[in-house]
Amino acid sequence: MFAGFDFDVLIKSLPFLWLGMQLTLQLTVLAVGGGLILGTVLAVIRLSPIKPLSMAVAAYVNFLRSMPLILVIFWFYTLIPRVTGTSVSSFYSVLIAFIMFEAAYYSEIIRAGISSVRRGQISAALALGLTPPQAMRYVVLPQAVRNMIPVLLTQSIIMLQDTSLVYVVGLRDFLTSAEIVAGRDNRPIELYLTVALVFLVVCFSASRLVNLMRRRYSL
Amino acid sequence: MGAYNWNWPILLKEPYFGWIVSGFGNTCLIAVIAWAIAFPLGSAVGLARTTELPWLRLIGTAYVELFRNIPLLAQMFVWYYVVPELLPNDWSQWVKRDMPYPQFYTAVLCLGLYTASRVAEQVRSGIEAIPRGQRHAGLAMGLTPGQVYRYILLPVGYRTIIPPLTSDFLGVFKNSSLALTIGVLELTSQARQIEEYTFAAFEAFATATVLYCMVTGLVILIMRQVERRTRIAGTIALGAS
Amino acid sequence: MKALFTAAFAASALLAAGAMAQDGPTMKRIAETKTVTIGHRDASVPLSYIGQDGKAQGYSIDICLKIAEAAKEELKLDKLDIKFVSLTPQTRIPLLTAGTVDIICESSTHTLGRSRQISFLNTTFLTGSKLLVRKNSGIKRIEDMNGKILVAVLGTTNEKAAQVEVDKKGVKLKGDIVKVKDHTQAMLNLEQNRADAYVSDDVVLYGLASASKNPAEWEVVGPYFSYDPYGMMIARNNDDWRLVGNRAITKLIESGEMVAIYKKWFEPGPTKINLPLSDRLRENFQIIALPE
Repeated sequence: MFAGFDFDVLIKSLPFLWLGMQLTLQLTVLAVGGGLILGTVLAVIRLSPIKPLSMAVAAYVNFLRSMPLILVIFWFYTLIPRVTGTSVSSFYSVLIAFIMFEAAYYSEIIRAGISSVRRGQISAALALGLTPPQAMRYVVLPQAVRNMIPVLLTQSIIMLQDTSLVYVVGLRDFLTSAEIVAGRDNRPIELYLTVALVFLVVCFSASRLVNLMRRRYSL
Repeated sequence: MGAYNWNWPILLKEPYFGWIVSGFGNTCLIAVIAWAIAFPLGSAVGLARTTELPWLRLIGTAYVELFRNIPLLAQMFVWYYVVPELLPNDWSQWVKRDMPYPQFYTAVLCLGLYTASRVAEQVRSGIEAIPRGQRHAGLAMGLTPGQVYRYILLPVGYRTIIPPLTSDFLGVFKNSSLALTIGVLELTSQARQIEEYTFAAFEAFATATVLYCMVTGLVILIMRQVERRTRIAGTIALGAS
Repeated sequence: MKALFTAAFAASALLAAGAMAQDGPTMKRIAETKTVTIGHRDASVPLSYIGQDGKAQGYSIDICLKIAEAAKEELKLDKLDIKFVSLTPQTRIPLLTAGTVDIICESSTHTLGRSRQISFLNTTFLTGSKLLVRKNSGIKRIEDMNGKILVAVLGTTNEKAAQVEVDKKGVKLKGDIVKVKDHTQAMLNLEQNRADAYVSDDVVLYGLASASKNPAEWEVVGPYFSYDPYGMMIARNNDDWRLVGNRAITKLIESGEMVAIYKKWFEPGPTKINLPLSDRLRENFQIIALPE
């Protein structure tokens, strides 16, 4: 079967695939950035002693975690025009959906990281005269972040792969573009193997890079 | 709601109702079996990466990098359409034509192996989050490395990663929807089929959404209790408790 | 008081008349925004798909561009923009009923069940279910499928029709009909010998065979066992927009442009599908070219 591997199709559709890759990368960077910020805020609120706040955040996180992402994207895209009366561009609609969705996951990871820090550390920080936010900022978070990095990385790689779900709203990321070419030119094996290889290289490099940084800054 | 013509009763008509029921059943079945593969395998791979043996760590790392870095959709495709082509002729023939429910078993295997790479990372990070001193103290007290894992690292490590492991279990549940790419009739594909037949898109997808939320909501509730009961004294309290 | 009553009566009569004519929101929106938004598919070759250049194109798209032109004339607009929105089976109905797209130009069979949610314009393409098989398979019709594996795309009218036909003729397939996600995967099932026949609209089958690595290996067989008329889709209760669409289609047929568009995409067409205009479709064109 590999004898008939059709490289011609790949070369001809390279510009089209590259367009898709740009969307994938753009969306991932924005959504991981936004998701991390929102996720950290959510995690801190969830661990705060103010009960109504932490319960509201818990409800939000659990609700979003229980929906498949593809349905979150679908509902955002089809309901926003009905609710607001104006149609949001499909790119912003999925970006918002991704940030809100990823934030729910990041906040769980961060919460687990914070929970793994011994309570004595906080007591010590408070005894030294730090305010609770300061203790969080200077004592707890740095340690929590170190524990969380591998999992945060995994989640971000998942996010990169999940961008393929934007096909639902008619956007064309890398994987969707490959599927379109596979369908149009009837060369599925070539396209799917290319997708597998490209993602393997991109994600592997990203994870090496994060490991390197982790070591350099001895986090 | 604009010009949309609501038609909820259609979901109760046959064959649509039966489709939803069987789709939901398949979704649950795929998720549970795949998790039964992913949890032990992922734990083994994750633990391998925390040992002192370089070759074991290498195998663990290679597994994780390979399986988590390729999109699940592409993995499904490769397992179903590419791997059987590489088998010897008789086997290939069996897998492709004679094996019962080839789509179902391929999807389960693929989802299990993929999720194992995520579980492995959770387990590794859980163990690595334990201060090194505990491992050293255990060894100094004369415990074997196996005993250190059994009595110190595993009980502490697993308890701290319950929330993210819950996420992964929900993930396997939701990712089962990708089985539709190789033709397993699970919940999402049945919703699509109903849409194709009737064009009742909102009704079909809303039903799927509610069913997913119900099951995952139930899992989250159960795991919250587990989390509360197994909390390690002395760590920062969880907000909701 | 009497004047008021008369006025109210006149107004309600007007409203009733309006309700009868069912002038929908679509034409008003086109007039206001000076834009027609066309919904299309990504890989329905050669009816509605993304070309090498990344733009929507195909037989259905060409017809819809003519309909948009007709709307511009009808509304006497100085300019009209065309916007393309890529649709999936999940989003097409929500977006059409929400007014995000004005017309959907793809390859969908006009069925009564679907007409509950949306309206179809007059039939602009005719096809039906047939089987794609290997030339040397010995399968000539669905009755030859005893002990063989049949594959179909999930949710298609062909899958339904094939099931009915199998039951009616008492054919004993090996297992159930295998349902896959899209045409490409169905073809892959055939190529890898996972299945012996693929049931779909013949236009799809000819397209797949011509795009395969070895087109000579494949053959489309069997009498039609379902007829599938394709039509463009618009939101319901839009009689003025539908009239514009159907009149544009009539004009295309009368001027001979319809046949030209057909030839452009099918004889042999950019995808080398080579599907000559059938007598049935030619007749259909004559039937739907209604007198003014």
